[in-house]
Amino acid sequence: MEFFTLQDFMTYSKGITYLVMGAFLVFMPLFWLYLTDRDD
Amino acid sequence: MGSEKTIAQKQFVTPFNVVAAIIILVGLVITVLRFTKGIGAVTNLDNNNPWGLWIGFDLLCGVALAAGGYVTSSACYIFGLKKYHSAVRPAILTAFLGYAMVVLALNYDVGRPWRLPYPIFYSQGTSSLLFEVGLCVFLYLTVLFVEWTPAAFEWLGLKKIRNWVVRLTLVLTIFGVILSTLHQSSLGALFLIAPSKLHPLWYSEYLHVYFFISSIFAGLSMVIFESSMAHKWLHDKMDETHLAEADGVVLGFGKAASFIMMGYIGIKIIGIAVDNNWHYLTTGWGLWFLVELIGFVLFPAILYSVGSREKNTKLIKIAAIWTILGIVLNRLNVSLIAFNWRLPASERYFPSFMEVWTTIFIITIGVVIYKFIATRMPILYEHPEYKEDH
Repeated sequence: MEFFTLQDFMTYSKGITYLVMGAFLVFMPLFWLYLTDRDD
Repeated sequence: MGSEKTIAQKQFVTPFNVVAAIIILVGLVITVLRFTKGIGAVTNLDNNNPWGLWIGFDLLCGVALAAGGYVTSSACYIFGLKKYHSAVRPAILTAFLGYAMVVLALNYDVGRPWRLPYPIFYSQGTSSLLFEVGLCVFLYLTVLFVEWTPAAFEWLGLKKIRNWVVRLTLVLTIFGVILSTLHQSSLGALFLIAPSKLHPLWYSEYLHVYFFISSIFAGLSMVIFESSMAHKWLHDKMDETHLAEADGVVLGFGKAASFIMMGYIGIKIIGIAVDNNWHYLTTGWGLWFLVELIGFVLFPAILYSVGSREKNTKLIKIAAIWTILGIVLNRLNVSLIAFNWRLPASERYFPSFMEVWTTIFIITIGVVIYKFIATRMPILYEHPEYKEDH
């Protein structure tokens, strides 16, 4: 991926970052449920 | 009389004591060399590598692994999880000795120990992160010492002063958490000044956050590890409460560590995404980074999660050792291995034999003092006179 302006770079890297953050926001509660579903 | 003496000698001459004595004796010789011939006589440090094993391992790993003190005391006294109460005193003692050993190791690196109080009392470098780290470590070591004193006062029978100190517990815990948050993160922030020296996969504007978050699961893992060691070697010093609560501590801390480690992996990936460092992952350094992140964070996190779901304390104890190794690897990567990564191999740093021995010497002193205190004072058991007093 080639970037010619800072705007291009920020749009790309922030876009990917938000996707990763979204994925983790979904994953973490599910992981918590996995960790605790056998608790009394 | 003669046979009594033989028994006493037999009790003193144990394999542990003999090995510890040899390590300490050689360590003392190196200490004399260090403080009479200078740092160059015992280390491989140079102008390219002014920080070596004593900073990378003794200080960075020592502080991270001593995080069990603030993690356990905040779980018990701030979050009200009283089921972890029996883990507080061993964790506080480990943290106190850990920090004391960090300060001892720092004297070897910095030299001129009589100047140690200068940054605090004489010439404060308030614009330096090192000043902040130094001040926090000085204050937190004091806090840990005060938090540990009730055990010593109970042992000495000083009931009045013990009760007075115990009343300070909550204040000290809050103070300890604030100080730990500050200096655990500042140790990572120290490397923010060297973006061109630290490899981009380890360098991040969130380095201080990584150090703080990783210190939490380092502390949790260290409490589990230390508890399993105490169970093995000091089992006879534990009371029924301690033995009954031990599995609960391991399961609870294992679950917490697993969740935090998954979150840590998340912020590490976010760090790569923010700086768009994906292309580095396909290089040799990238492979090493993945070994650290997948092999020593994700893998033990999965072990922890399976262990806590299956109530398998053995698996959690293995995960704790794995995590501790991972923390050591991470701190060494940041401070030594991925630091100065552009230098040719001939100019890279590798610790000398005497540096490694000094590190082992300092750890041994910590273990010997821990053993001395835990076999005499009410650390792994509650003093009979204060059973209901918490």
